[in-house]
Amino acid sequence: MPRVGVLALQGDVREHSAMLAEVGAEVVAVRQVEHLDGLDGLVLPGGESTAIARLMATSGIRPVLEARLHEGLSVFGTCAGLILLSSEILDGRSDQWSFAALPLAVRRNGYGRQIASFESVVEVKGIGAIPGVFIRAPKIETWSSDLEVLAMHDHGDGDHPVLVRYGAVWGCSFHPELTSDDRLHRLFVESL
Amino acid sequence: MNSPHDPSTIGSALVKRGLADMLRGGVIMDVVNPEQAKIAEDAGAVAVMALERVPSDIRRDGGVARMSDPQMIREIQATVTIPVMAKARIGHFAEAQVLQSLDVDYIDESEVLTPADEENHIDKWAFTVPFVCGATNLGEALRRIGEGACLIRSKGEAGTGNVVEAVRHLRTINAQMRRLTSADDAELFALAKDLQAPLALVQEVARTGALPVPLFCAGGISTPSDASLVLQLGAEAVFVGSGIFKSDDPVRMAQAIVEATTHYLDAGVVAKVSTGLGAAMKGIETASLEQRLAERGW
Repeated sequence: MPRVGVLALQGDVREHSAMLAEVGAEVVAVRQVEHLDGLDGLVLPGGESTAIARLMATSGIRPVLEARLHEGLSVFGTCAGLILLSSEILDGRSDQWSFAALPLAVRRNGYGRQIASFESVVEVKGIGAIPGVFIRAPKIETWSSDLEVLAMHDHGDGDHPVLVRYGAVWGCSFHPELTSDDRLHRLFVESL
Repeated sequence: MNSPHDPSTIGSALVKRGLADMLRGGVIMDVVNPEQAKIAEDAGAVAVMALERVPSDIRRDGGVARMSDPQMIREIQATVTIPVMAKARIGHFAEAQVLQSLDVDYIDESEVLTPADEENHIDKWAFTVPFVCGATNLGEALRRIGEGACLIRSKGEAGTGNVVEAVRHLRTINAQMRRLTSADDAELFALAKDLQAPLALVQEVARTGALPVPLFCAGGISTPSDASLVLQLGAEAVFVGSGIFKSDDPVRMAQAIVEATTHYLDAGVVAKVSTGLGAAMKGIETASLEQRLAERGW
């Protein structure tokens, strides 16, 4: 049974944890540096990226996770988690940092403020149609040609990637954990 | 937002409640200007509540408290990247329409402002922007959810710096939910009548043991230990009003309450962030209050 952490500093930790347990992972809530030990994978949940970034710095998790990412730890970031894994943040705070584990630039709230938050259907390669819940979602604006794009979505301004993979690092701009469809979590856990 | 390419839905219950889910484990801070909003975001707030006066000043000044000036809300939206909430008076759907037109991320139909309707709350289903409402007990919480609220905060007593009412309201809501989970199906009809709450929601709580929307806590939280206390009592996030910017050192107080909210089960962390913090807001003993804001709302 793979041991999968969920970064539990802030955000929708409970939904991710429940879904990971459902697809057969042993789930660990990661609040302190030592909780990162012995993990096969880690999920960075949705939440507020500025708050999570600050709490990762004050808890000392940031440098250790950075090292683990370099060593090849499998990490899946949704929404705020995608922002934290990106190489460049557009419309973020001037001092906002990220792990640069995914070769893409992401625009915070790129799909608009809450009033524009939406549900749609996302076509995922190898899986098929899954529900996509986009909440103040980040938009992937530019990306490297060697990034594996697992799903594109057109919200009226052309196709943008919404689910991507770069080696062991996965990111998506929507919230599979808020639905009852666990296929993405299953895919991630099976890859470990 | 809809386009020929994307048959998507905005304003669904899932996306409205979903934003509340994203705020869990976080601190929402009252701010009265862009400078305070920046301090809140720097300290790790997950959202700010834009208002003209914090509750303790509303209490002191008296008079009618209304929705904030749109100019001030826009300035705060331009300053921070986190969600911006704003308050409308209870029942004042026109203020809520104005706030929605300003693209605020959440509307608080709040007892801190002077109520505009003494019988009816806003029909919150009519809005695309989600609403948070206060509650002192389970019946009140379920009535608000029935009207379309996507997030409930226990009311506490705003502007007092005294956590006692917040504790009372959280404990009441939780005790009433526990009572429902041990009732048999036939008892739920009478319990719904006693709670003056929609039967379907009463049945749902009886089945799940929890509210169908997140439960946060507000009203009187003014120290890191207060945050830890209410989270241990079942709140999933905290609203801090006067407690930050009426303290001696707002920057440190804001950071400390954020840390204590994340690490609420770790008394060592709460002790560390509480050390040398300076004075919390002075506060008011609730027995001496002339106006109880929590009594507003029906």
